[in-house]
Amino acid sequence: MSQLAAVESPRWVRIGLIPLLQLVLALAVSSLVVLMIGEDPIRAFKIMIHGAISTEFGGLSNTLYYATNFIFTGLAVAVAFHAGLFNIGGEGQAYVAGLAVALVCLTLDSTLNVWFIAPLVVIGCAAFGALWGVIPGYLQAKRGSHIVVTTIMFNFIATALMSYALVVWISPLGGNSTDSRYWASDAVIPKVHELAPSLGFEASFSLLSPVLLVALACCALVWILIWRTRLGFAIRTVGSNPNAATYAGINANRVIIITMAISGALAGMMAFNEAYAAQGRLILNFTSGFGFMGIAVALMGRNHPFGIVLAALLFGALYQGGTELQFEIPSISPQMVLVIQGLVVFFTGALDRLIREPVEAVFQRRAIANANAAVAGGN
Amino acid sequence: MDMFDQLFSLLGASIRMATPLIFAAMAGIYSERSGIVDIGLEGKMLFGAFAAAVVSFETGNPFFGLLGGIAICILLSLMHGFASVKMRGDQVISGLAVNFLASGLTVTLGHAWYSQGGLTPALTNAQRFTGITLPGAEWLGENIPVIGPLYEQVISGHNILVYVAFGVVALTYWVLFNTRFGLRLRATGEEPNAVDSAGISVAWVRYRAVIIAGVLCGFAGTYLSIAQNAAFQREMTSGRGYIALAAVIFGKWHPRGALAACLLFGFLQALETRVQNVEIPMIGELPSQLFSAIPYIITVVLLAGFIGKAIAPKAVGVPYVKER
Repeated sequence: MSQLAAVESPRWVRIGLIPLLQLVLALAVSSLVVLMIGEDPIRAFKIMIHGAISTEFGGLSNTLYYATNFIFTGLAVAVAFHAGLFNIGGEGQAYVAGLAVALVCLTLDSTLNVWFIAPLVVIGCAAFGALWGVIPGYLQAKRGSHIVVTTIMFNFIATALMSYALVVWISPLGGNSTDSRYWASDAVIPKVHELAPSLGFEASFSLLSPVLLVALACCALVWILIWRTRLGFAIRTVGSNPNAATYAGINANRVIIITMAISGALAGMMAFNEAYAAQGRLILNFTSGFGFMGIAVALMGRNHPFGIVLAALLFGALYQGGTELQFEIPSISPQMVLVIQGLVVFFTGALDRLIREPVEAVFQRRAIANANAAVAGGN
Repeated sequence: MDMFDQLFSLLGASIRMATPLIFAAMAGIYSERSGIVDIGLEGKMLFGAFAAAVVSFETGNPFFGLLGGIAICILLSLMHGFASVKMRGDQVISGLAVNFLASGLTVTLGHAWYSQGGLTPALTNAQRFTGITLPGAEWLGENIPVIGPLYEQVISGHNILVYVAFGVVALTYWVLFNTRFGLRLRATGEEPNAVDSAGISVAWVRYRAVIIAGVLCGFAGTYLSIAQNAAFQREMTSGRGYIALAAVIFGKWHPRGALAACLLFGFLQALETRVQNVEIPMIGELPSQLFSAIPYIITVVLLAGFIGKAIAPKAVGVPYVKER
């Protein structure tokens, strides 16, 4: 047994095969749900895939638009995970960041154009998100309250705060009873289908905007942060062993607070895409569970930016495919995506060992057999 | 008398609002005292509410509805227990998965079965738990000042599940602190090693704890859909599972404290609907959102150790690995 544990299974098994098998298992159980409703799962998945990648009705672009949101929230969860923190508060952090979008746009959108507004909105979103993340971080580091519980509570406090802000302050400035007015069109990043003619191609309507590039840039930055900087090393050390980190002279409390600020800022960036670029106004509950989706994305993507991009694309496709599905098979609700989300979280997170242990055991046994054969051959 | 009337109707409403929180909080206490974190209270309650509404609608009997709600919640609990005990998985992640699954499945199934956008059909009174007038309530209310109306409006007139909830608190107290099972349960949440070396199975204690939590969540969900309301609505728990979790923490994992916290949070919820557009002298109009945020704010403040100290069971959230 000890020999087994000493040999690691190949990298492609750990980060490729095992997550894939867990995904297949989650999709298989989802198929059972579709069967239970009395529909054909194969047909449902075909429609979803077609709806998610077709370029004719903007399916592919909307997949990428959803993926943009999920990359931000997925990165937020992943950065915290690296420090051993479970940030469930992405939803609230993104929601509060929506307030920054409103503050910047409502005060400046008639005077400044997009080149000046967009950077201000980015700073605002990151700052508000970071604030909503750093308070739980501080309470965990200095007051010993558990980050999971605090971030859950902060989600609900954010809900109350934002509904108050929207109803009492923001909607009276124009807009319906629970949303803001639209931001001036000169002040908003144009969407891809609006940019397309000037770049020499045609695209059908979608909510995709160049913010996707910002999301990908954030992936690169997170990769550099975690694996190429002193702070990243400190974050990973605190995550794997806080006591060892302290002995090594790392101020674990400081690292926890900084990590939660970064995590919150990344979650806040979701508001940059959703409330600023895509919707062009602040809507009640605009986060609609995208913050929680970050948990599934980070688990599926194994907390690595590249994996997160893949997982975000997958869930983006599921979301977009799910909305197509309701037109073709009306008896399947688009909420089906939440079922898949739950199952993915269950199989890749909570039930990780169910698949991992038997699969790794196979490869470990093989590696040991090879090593023994090599030794025997050498003699 | 008008002031008393208003006060009593507010108190009566508080008790009705507190009831689902009480069931869920007791569920949380059993689970967390045994060492299993239960973020999934919300999801279990939601699925329980859905199952109760469906079964009650299909069979026409609210007691079958209750059994249906309990059965589904036990299934979800076992799923959580399997992941937490057997697979030694992350209990927070498992609980979240339960919540995601419940919000997805209830709407998906409801939409497919009844095509009302995730709602279940409205229930008749025969398919629900309706209010019970306790003996003498009307006579006392009319003839004895203050205490009579108090009895009539605050204590009498609730449905059976409200009374069950208070019974469950007493039962939980007795089980936890006066039975052998309760002692073992509490020990498992603090020092599972000691329990194991006494020859008691940690896994079995924890499985029993999550099953009890499932039963109680079933009551909580049933109350929401077929006692307090007359149908299942999408996301009808709206954070009550998390408020119950807050009550568990606020009550320091003790049934008595959790009951007090639930009553307080129920009172705040009842107040929330009553203070809209009401001018309070000196302060002005209070935003109703403030009332919905208070339970969460005071839990954060409490957890941060600013008012008293909430100390969780020592082994909560830690999977038990038998040492060789």
